[in-house]
Amino acid sequence: MGLFTELKDSISRVTDRLFSEQEPKRIGIYGPPNAGKTTLANRIARDWTGDAIGAESHIPHETRRARRKENVDIERNGKTVTIDIVDTPGVTTKVDYEEFTDELDEEDAIRRSREATEGVAEAMHWLREDVDGVIYVLDSAEDPITQVNTMLIGIIESRDLPVLIFANKTDLDDSSVKRIEDAFPQHTTVPLSAKEGDNMDEVYDKIAEYFG
Amino acid sequence: MPKATNADDSEPSDGVQIDLISGERMDGMATMEKIRMILDGVHDGNIVILEEGLTPDEESRLIEVTMAEISPDEFNGIEIETYPKSEARDSSLLGRIMGSDKVETKLTVIGPANQIETLHKDETLISALVSRN
Ligand SMILES: Nc1nc2c(ncn2[C@@H]2O[C@H](COP(=O)(O)OP(=O)(O)O)[C@@H](O)[C@H]2O)c(=O)[nH]1
Ligand SMILES: [Mg+2]
Repeated sequence: MGLFTELKDSISRVTDRLFSEQEPKRIGIYGPPNAGKTTLANRIARDWTGDAIGAESHIPHETRRARRKENVDIERNGKTVTIDIVDTPGVTTKVDYEEFTDELDEEDAIRRSREATEGVAEAMHWLREDVDGVIYVLDSAEDPITQVNTMLIGIIESRDLPVLIFANKTDLDDSSVKRIEDAFPQHTTVPLSAKEGDNMDEVYDKIAEYFG
Repeated sequence: MPKATNADDSEPSDGVQIDLISGERMDGMATMEKIRMILDGVHDGNIVILEEGLTPDEESRLIEVTMAEISPDEFNGIEIETYPKSEARDSSLLGRIMGSDKVETKLTVIGPANQIETLHKDETLISALVSRN
């Protein structure tokens, strides 16, 4: 799609935005810890703005604050869709600092778990007050039917927000997109590997279609 | 409002207390009262079973308050299980027009995360292992 041409066009796109009525839609990236939310947010931000949004990590709860990237212009079929991406900490109903003591000393583990709980509370707050649409990211190698997923999707549905389900990590052998489609048949599921960059064209098509 | 407490206050028993709370009892309560009642029970190590569950908004607030109360070595949070919503009823056009969150009732089981472990769950069965401690 030619990022270089993208850049050259950016000035005219900024001008376009000044005259457009529409505020950028704020899209929250939600999902359980470790699903690949930050990897996805970084890929989207890098593809369209050139820089990243936050650190990815195999240790759960790396993202302890909702992080925002504003005015990400996604170009599809000659039209520009502007979104603000909000990368949120993974939502959970429990946090045990001992989960982190393998990799961190006790003090850091306690600090990390405290920040994680604050981050989850913040993410719930964003969902109730501040987002216009949701990308729900799942690790397609894991069972999607968990209480947290069912509850979160229920909360999102009750707010009548547009939602896309992303079946991430399709590069893994155990990946099953069908398991996710079967679990949430009422929603559109988009398969992808945020890490490898697989199927990103469909990802951007769907983002433009649902949140534009 | 009478609070559900251990019948025997003198000696902590080695059993697990289960509070079954009727929909009728929840009906008259404000969101924060419900959340307080649930979390007070869970802090005491009880398993709380709600006949009619919570609305999505109440669930979202329950998560938020739970997070605020997590504290190392004291409280790790909650385990919560409900039956998956029955699609046919919930997202029915009528239900939406009526704007009611109460169309569905969903039995909900809530317990302390360090004492309750879900062994199996499907559309019609929740199987959980509850330990004392
Ligand atoms: N195999 C594979 N790993 C991924 C993919 N996306 C993310 N990961 C890995 O999953 C882990 C968690 O990713 P992260 O983005 O921090 O997850 P978050 O907790 O949801 O923000 C990291 O080790 C990532 O490298 C993917 O598409 N495929
Ligand atoms: Mg993250």
